[in-house]
Amino acid sequence: MNGRPEQFTAQPNELLVERLRDGLGLTGTKVGCDTGQCGTCVVRLDGRSVKSCLVLTASAAGAEVATIEGETTRGGELTGLQEALRQEHGTQCGFCTPGMVMALGELVDATAGGEAPTEPEIREWLTGNLCRCTGYHSVVRGVQRACAAARAEAPATVPATVPEPAVVAASTAAGQEV
Amino acid sequence: MTAVTGEAPATGSGVLGQPLDSREDPQLLRGEATYVADIDLPGTAHMAILGSPVAHAKILSIETKAAEQLPGVLKVATAADFTDVMPLPCIWIPGGVESHFPPHPYGLPGARPVLTGDTVRHVGDPIAVVVAETPRQATAALAAIAVEYEPLPVVTRADEALAEGAPQLHEAVPGNLNAYWTCGDKDRTDAAIAEAEVTVELDLVNQRTINSPIEPRGAVGDHNAATGEYTLYASTQGPHNHRFLLSALVLGIPFNKLRVIAPTVGGSFGTKGYLYPDMALVLLLSKELGRPVKWVDTRTGLMNSTVQGRDHRQHVTLAGTRDGRITAVRCTSYANLGAYPSTIGPGVATALMGRSISGMYDIDAAFCEVYAAFTNTVSLGAQRGSGRAEAAFLMERLVDRYASEIGMDPAAVRRKNLVPKEKFPYDNGLGWTYDSGNYQLNFDKAIELSGYADMPARKAEARTRGKRLGVGLATYVAICGVGPSTRMSQEGMLGGTWESANIRVHPTGEVTVTVGSASTGQSHGTVFAQVAADELGIDPDTVQVLEGDTQKAPYGQGTYGSRSYSMAAPAVALTARKIKSKLIRAGAVFLGVPEDKVVYEGGRVHEDGNEQNTKTFAELAMSMWYGWGLPAEIEPALDETTHFDPPDFNYPFGTHVAVVEIDELTGETEVVSYTAVDDAGHIGNPKIVLGQIEGSITHGLGQALMEAAVYDEQGLLISSDLTSYALPRAADVPFFTLDKTVTPSPHNPLGAKGAGEIATVPPAAAVVNAVVDALADLGVQHIDMPLTPEKVWRRLRGEAQ
Repeated sequence: MNGRPEQFTAQPNELLVERLRDGLGLTGTKVGCDTGQCGTCVVRLDGRSVKSCLVLTASAAGAEVATIEGETTRGGELTGLQEALRQEHGTQCGFCTPGMVMALGELVDATAGGEAPTEPEIREWLTGNLCRCTGYHSVVRGVQRACAAARAEAPATVPATVPEPAVVAASTAAGQEV
Repeated sequence: MTAVTGEAPATGSGVLGQPLDSREDPQLLRGEATYVADIDLPGTAHMAILGSPVAHAKILSIETKAAEQLPGVLKVATAADFTDVMPLPCIWIPGGVESHFPPHPYGLPGARPVLTGDTVRHVGDPIAVVVAETPRQATAALAAIAVEYEPLPVVTRADEALAEGAPQLHEAVPGNLNAYWTCGDKDRTDAAIAEAEVTVELDLVNQRTINSPIEPRGAVGDHNAATGEYTLYASTQGPHNHRFLLSALVLGIPFNKLRVIAPTVGGSFGTKGYLYPDMALVLLLSKELGRPVKWVDTRTGLMNSTVQGRDHRQHVTLAGTRDGRITAVRCTSYANLGAYPSTIGPGVATALMGRSISGMYDIDAAFCEVYAAFTNTVSLGAQRGSGRAEAAFLMERLVDRYASEIGMDPAAVRRKNLVPKEKFPYDNGLGWTYDSGNYQLNFDKAIELSGYADMPARKAEARTRGKRLGVGLATYVAICGVGPSTRMSQEGMLGGTWESANIRVHPTGEVTVTVGSASTGQSHGTVFAQVAADELGIDPDTVQVLEGDTQKAPYGQGTYGSRSYSMAAPAVALTARKIKSKLIRAGAVFLGVPEDKVVYEGGRVHEDGNEQNTKTFAELAMSMWYGWGLPAEIEPALDETTHFDPPDFNYPFGTHVAVVEIDELTGETEVVSYTAVDDAGHIGNPKIVLGQIEGSITHGLGQALMEAAVYDEQGLLISSDLTSYALPRAADVPFFTLDKTVTPSPHNPLGAKGAGEIATVPPAAAVVNAVVDALADLGVQHIDMPLTPEKVWRRLRGEAQ
């Protein structure tokens, strides 16, 4: 569990998300829908993102489980993806955020050595995670920023080769004062 | 022209209006924020609620013995256990009309009991609760409660509920009519329509939708037997408001015996500002059991209990001249309030919708009537853009229908009828007086930015790919800044709607701002710090912001209707000005000069003309903390509070342009581009507002394309989880093209207008207009939402709606 061994006995019908939240106190993983639709409970199981409300704890025996708590130390420095999402304000209420970070982390890692994912690819990857606040745009921009930064190995800057999001920034200069 | 006096933001430290990173984000990104479900008090017991499986029935008997004997079960309670608890009140009854409600002992409209004992009126109506050692034990025990029902006939549509012989929901409400409410001038409007060169009519269904915050609601009640005090942790938008309603009007306990804490709240969009039975139940059961009691809803539970939105059936008429001048608009609406009046639902369905129907247009005659009815569905409440979205939808559909009828370009019709900027403040004849606006500028910018002129060529090109391209416009005015308390009382609001802030300057020069508002994801901590820092000329990083705990924060009404930045932020700014004013008076003492020689600038005071004679903010803070040498008329310390009640509402507005492509083979509608130019006056943090605009548009697209609460004829909510209720996903939306205009409101010291939800108001109209445009050559004049592929596919093949 986040690199540390955990030993316990699970009931056959116990869900992984219950073990994480109620048994281990890892409340960063959220429950939003009970039917595997919303993605707030996404964790990584042996490196692959899964919805922990659809995984029986017993079936995860022997696997490596990574949760949001393992991404960074409490109050510690953000990962590249988290930092990019912060810069793009890819959150609002934050309830879907841990699940998104876990799901998108796999995408960023998986593409780090090759071509950056395209916008449609990022959106497709995100279809397992629902967000009601942001409409996803800032999250997509955050992933674009994170992928660019991972390639440049300079998390704080975005190379000029990154396609600018097709959003015209709200221009103060153009705003007409009445 | 009437001068617009909205002040520009202060420029003390220049941080207001800057896109600072949200200081809330790191905690959220690390999963460290505490939501209700994450609260784990020692000794907590867990509550589950038994909701009715049928929509309308008499309860003949409830047998709880078997459930009580199950492992871990601590208590099974029914309505009989809470006979001394008052019903949850409704506090927004439509003003100026006779309203009928189930009664409340205080003479208020009583919305619903905490548990239903005699008659259930919708699926999910709470009948019994179980408290057990674990959540699983509590849920399992629900199945062992035996309830005998005698079924009653069911009605789920407002218009059908009002028909003769319809099933009756409440004895006290004959004919299920909660209120018949009107605004505008009926005679003048009827006459204008009768005399008009052209009239167009539409029958519209603004379908019921479910807000769907990703965090379901939850509540933890903790009664302290030693002090007699209760603490409620709840996913709420208005902790103070809930404290008042729950203590005085439901539990009948002293106000100061209840503390309400809103932890991090996982989205709300209107729904978490309402009073729900669970909030009272966890408190009552905590007292009885001597332990904290926790309840966390499921998704299906949320869909069957948390207020739903929209749900109007309307007949609307527009009159005009052959050359495109709109002369009248009229709306008859049947609003579905659900089974009980929610905390403010009746006001949402009437005033918030009806007074907005004329939108950005200068129309001589307008009238709206609303029949608000009870049915066997979940209670109606607010939903992102509530009321205003329904109004914009009907008006913008009508304008397109009118443009088509007279053979004029929809943009040209709109432009011709916009309220001219010299007419502000503008009385819209329906009850609102718009504060300020430059609609022409805003409209032209959106038209240009969207490439509207290129649409004919794009349509032709799309046809070569088997796609039908359509373009749809929608404009809107959204009433925000709720609000002027007296004005709201005239609308029937039973309570003040002011907002407050406190600023305390610590001896070391750091500042704590507390506000009565409470964030549900709007980065209040960042924005309110910007406001205070800007006014005081200090570094925002030295400003702490607290909210959401009634024991720590000054009174306030909460976050709803896009009011925090135009209500709570002005309270912060005015409080900072009180601090500044005191520092100028004290500065005269410290600097040894007359008060009129003291200049407050850049976070310090200095003598006018002698910048060497100065004291920094931190030095002043320490001096005020010590209080040495202050004359009697200046109290030591810096601790000020403001209660802000604006002179009137504020009215953001905007123009949106949707471009869709419809696949000829599948009927699938894709939004290929979306342009929005919104005007929310001066904005505190454009990065945060950008996210709110983008999310709001996506929410509106959801209603247009896929969202619908579907009840069957038995009143069963078929779309009761996220496998059967569609929400927009990342691949359903493109990046948007966004810009803004800035027209300050004269009604608050920041020149701010509401922003958070305003962009939810027009997208449904823009998309439906675009789809109808794409199908116009087939004779299609309207399609009801949601525009599912099947529905569009049938229209492509010439089937009637």
